[in-house]
Amino acid sequence: MLKLVTKNIGIENSHTLDVARARGAYSRVEKAFAMTPDQLIQEVINSNLRGLGGAGFPAGRKWSFLPKDSPKPRYLVINADEGEPGTCKDKYVMIHDPHLLIEGIIIACWAIRAHMAYIYVRGEYDLPIERMEKAIAEAKHVGVLGEKIMGHDFSLDIVVHRGAGAYICGEETALLESLEGKRGWPRLKPPFPAVEGYMRCPTVVNNVETLAYVPYVVEMGAAAFAALGSERNGGLRMYSISGRVNRPGVYELPMGTPLRQMIYDVAGGISGGRQLKAVIPGGSSAPILRADEIDVAMDFDSLAKIGSMLGSAGVVVLDETVSIPEALLVLIRFYAHESCGQCTPCREGTAWLEQIVRRILDSKGRPGDLDNMLRVAKNIIGNTICPLGDAAALPVISYVTKFRGEFEDWLTRARPVGAFPLRATHIGEPAAA
Amino acid sequence: MTTMTATSQDRASQTINYGTVDHAGPVAWSDTAKSEIETIFAKYPDKRSATLPVMWLAVREFGWISHQVELIVADALERPLNEIHQVVTFYTMYPRKPMGRHHIQLCRNISCWLAGAEGLREHIEQVLGIGVGETTADGKFTLSEVECLAYCECAPAMRFDDKYVGNLTRESFSQVIQENA
Repeated sequence: MLKLVTKNIGIENSHTLDVARARGAYSRVEKAFAMTPDQLIQEVINSNLRGLGGAGFPAGRKWSFLPKDSPKPRYLVINADEGEPGTCKDKYVMIHDPHLLIEGIIIACWAIRAHMAYIYVRGEYDLPIERMEKAIAEAKHVGVLGEKIMGHDFSLDIVVHRGAGAYICGEETALLESLEGKRGWPRLKPPFPAVEGYMRCPTVVNNVETLAYVPYVVEMGAAAFAALGSERNGGLRMYSISGRVNRPGVYELPMGTPLRQMIYDVAGGISGGRQLKAVIPGGSSAPILRADEIDVAMDFDSLAKIGSMLGSAGVVVLDETVSIPEALLVLIRFYAHESCGQCTPCREGTAWLEQIVRRILDSKGRPGDLDNMLRVAKNIIGNTICPLGDAAALPVISYVTKFRGEFEDWLTRARPVGAFPLRATHIGEPAAA
Repeated sequence: MTTMTATSQDRASQTINYGTVDHAGPVAWSDTAKSEIETIFAKYPDKRSATLPVMWLAVREFGWISHQVELIVADALERPLNEIHQVVTFYTMYPRKPMGRHHIQLCRNISCWLAGAEGLREHIEQVLGIGVGETTADGKFTLSEVECLAYCECAPAMRFDDKYVGNLTRESFSQVIQENA
């Protein structure tokens, strides 16, 4: 199986400059410098590399949106605020291959003619922060970063910026606000960051994984990279597979790998030999799939076609013993906690949804609660500044619609009142009937 | 940083305290911290962008962000106090009260929940004799429940101080506690 951004995981001291260089780090920079920025952008467009933070926007096209004539400085901001539940991939690049990320940053900055890059890392990521800072210092020391990179008339500095705990800061405009030292309140778009981003200057925000693939686009050429994936979804991607599978982990696979194969071959099937009930295919914001919907190619377009999304490619597997209403409480509690409070539909809606699910699970559900949940969720969608509202509402609609019977069971069945019922079924124990 | 000297208990008493736990005495940056703040400023086009890193420095220096600390951060950044307070309260990782020597952050999101985090939390509460958000009487451990730590492949997971611990069991938790008791 071909590996690119994960190929150095498991190699001793892969994070150090000497080992990384011996394994190819910075070998693609010269090739990139031989191209004009416009040629490089076209190459990345042709590679079908998509934004792997979750939105799936074509990476090269994002770069092409920067105004050509602005006198302001340009910035590259790297989104390393990994926090979409079920997603745990970017840290592998930063821990095991920090020089690959730096190389991707250098090439991207050449393409967009930026001389300053900020890596916004989630506050909990001490080891990734340490590794990135060390790698940046090493790279500067030998001149692959800093003034006149490798003797070329191009300078670039990279600063690691530590977040402080806020899911919303993974949204690119909230991240920019946070980088400017404010609360992470998303901005209205337009203007898009390409025109007015960090400090109101032209800015590209790219995910760690997206940039880690850029050196390989340069190395292999656009056509060869695109051919690794599926139509309009170039290359490989890191899939985080967790939940009730035998071999949870982060796997680098071609774009478009069938979900069934991921669950049953790659991740070794459902733990305990139980049956599959449902799958969250792209992080917690993705609408859920029933067991009969897993014959789908894991790329952005195929999942959109069946009403879900590939998002951050965090695959969470739920087996037959998992209670869907309880799983929904875990998620809606999360969104209610992380809503930044700026837009009323999201701030109030997520809180109300959490309350309704809680009372249903407390056997105090009322007739009409399910339709009420759907109504509240639909009133969030499209009515907020950023996608967090949709990310909370879409799963609610899919869980309640696809597993309505389970919710109705809670409404009709007598349950002992008292102890809060949220309790994951421990592996090996049957679900409470 | 000429304005940084304008920090005194007087000033703290003249401004609105939004409800953090106060430090017992006056609070002032060490000389090391002052030079580190200058180093941080050099990394950004304006001082306000240095808010998060300066706040992290303050946590390291003073343990938690009290009203007095907010004031000297505001002075260092030359920003109004309310902006600083907005930031402190918006993010979850800046403590606003004294913390135990060790901070246990147990993940409660979907992958960890599926792996039994809820039962584990109850066990931990019993072992430590405290609930979520509390600190043990000896001041050794503070227990928090947090959202996704992005360690889903090794669920259930916790962050113990600055280290991730995955595939957590009752046994491995006890071991971590014993090693840090």
